[in-house]
Amino acid sequence: MQLGRYEEILIDLARKSDRLMVMTAENRAAIRNLPGIIPERFIDVGICEQTMIGAAAGLALRGRTPIVHALATFLAFRAYEFIRTDVGIPGLPVKLVGAVAGFLSDGNGPTHQALEDLSLMRGIPGMHVFCPADEDELVGALPTLIENPAPWYVRYNVLPAAVPHTAPFQVGKAEVLAQGKDVTLLTYGFLLREAAKAKELLEAQHLSVGLVNMRMLKPLDEAAVLAAAKQSSLLVTIEDHFQTGGLYSALGETMLKHRQSARVLPIALEERWFKPGLLPDVLEHEGFTGAKLAQRIVRAL
Amino acid sequence: MTQQTVSPTARSPHAELEALALRVREHIIRMATKGGCFIGASLSCADLLVHLYSRVLRVSPETVADPNRDYLLLSKGHDVPALYGTLAELGYFPRERLKEHLKTTDSIYWHPNRAIPGIEFHSGSLGHLLSVGLGIALDVKRQQADNRVFVVLGDGECNEGSVWEGCLVAGAHKLDNLVAIVDRNEFQANIRTEELIPLEPLDAKFRAFGWAVKTIDGHSFAELEEAFAHLPYESGKPTAVIARTVRGKGLPSIERRADRWFVNFTAPEVEMLLKELHDGVASQLTSETLMVR
Repeated sequence: MQLGRYEEILIDLARKSDRLMVMTAENRAAIRNLPGIIPERFIDVGICEQTMIGAAAGLALRGRTPIVHALATFLAFRAYEFIRTDVGIPGLPVKLVGAVAGFLSDGNGPTHQALEDLSLMRGIPGMHVFCPADEDELVGALPTLIENPAPWYVRYNVLPAAVPHTAPFQVGKAEVLAQGKDVTLLTYGFLLREAAKAKELLEAQHLSVGLVNMRMLKPLDEAAVLAAAKQSSLLVTIEDHFQTGGLYSALGETMLKHRQSARVLPIALEERWFKPGLLPDVLEHEGFTGAKLAQRIVRAL
Repeated sequence: MTQQTVSPTARSPHAELEALALRVREHIIRMATKGGCFIGASLSCADLLVHLYSRVLRVSPETVADPNRDYLLLSKGHDVPALYGTLAELGYFPRERLKEHLKTTDSIYWHPNRAIPGIEFHSGSLGHLLSVGLGIALDVKRQQADNRVFVVLGDGECNEGSVWEGCLVAGAHKLDNLVAIVDRNEFQANIRTEELIPLEPLDAKFRAFGWAVKTIDGHSFAELEEAFAHLPYESGKPTAVIARTVRGKGLPSIERRADRWFVNFTAPEVEMLLKELHDGVASQLTSETLMVR
């Protein structure tokens, strides 16, 4: 059987360190072959997200670093109180990997749409929040996030490279892909691909366009945000998350904290779940394709 | 002399534990003032905790961080005065520190805090520590170690779905190093369990989830001794001990009173209750400071 890169690196890291323990609440999509290869390092608790988090805390108390897998909605929402109480309060090194967050739940419908996961996770003291743009970024960060002693929430994403990455992963650092005078697009997760397309289309209209891959919502790269605000006359936050509590909010908090102001166009889901469908159709319908993003941005300029 | 003399005060085989439990109850009563505490549930599990820490758990003040120690997790966290009293009496931290209850200068408050020596994990939100305990038990199994994990549950707490999730998972993973003890005092906060969400037959519920079960009198040191002498009851099965107890045990004016869950007594009332504890006779307690939550 073909191993995914995520799975391959996880197995490799588990072989190097006996602290690593891979867990799931019967969601094996990311780790289909791992149980057969390193059964002694794998625990499936069945469809019991709350128990998985409590058990992960117990394992962490024994010195392990559990990396737990579930769909983002059931992890972040159903087990939220277990995460904030059993992992957040003691600050245990449990790594929470949520699958099909944001638009990636495509045809599942609102029960599976994690659009407030980042807001909730950002609210937990000490929690690190990582939204990789693609598989490269996810697997590139894996050794760092497993080694880091903090609890982490990760929006699992193994889509092909959104853009060629220029900067290696660093905790709390954004990847500044381009600087621009007219507008800077700030985004995270797989939407980086659409933002990069929008950038090209805007540049074709002779606009100077910056592009920042935020990578982490917590800790947020405040310097990157402040620099973008200084350089560009418009900032655009692009995210598959409710407008409340995500990047737009984090940007606002940063600007207030540093007593800076900026013109900001938030592109997010405003007070509603999105229309379920296949991912390309969802992006089209919701106005998140590169072309639609560019149109929305031109209107705001 | 041929006439046999019978000692009028035959010493109980459990005199030492009874004396210790009495001192723990004194601590609980003293914590029920200047802000108060959850007195009823604390008094119901005092004998249980005294027995476990004195006779069962392989842990001591010197081995609280030893990876081979036994673990005790207090899942129904509001009875922590009983645990703090027990730990203080057994030398995990100075008894004097109990006077710091609810002072922001220390870390002793209404629910367990693992900053206090001997406390393995915090609780307060019900239905959490069976899962945490099973995580510890899983790791112990995987390390091929022989530590045991004891989780004290409240019976009201068994309303929580996560308790039953934990039971299901512990059974599936054959965690025979895990012991759940239900402090079966038959009360939720202010209502009898069987009047609100009946739990009986509780033993059959645990059995159906793949656990080996014993029901005992949680105030009888003889029965406690027998219940914990040989664990697990069955190889490959987690153990459940249903300890039948009396909420408020030791204070006749508190026992089985729905309105005496959380209390905050005045200093003279505390003195009345200490007398009541020793005499076994109900005082004329007419507290106006009772807080029903």
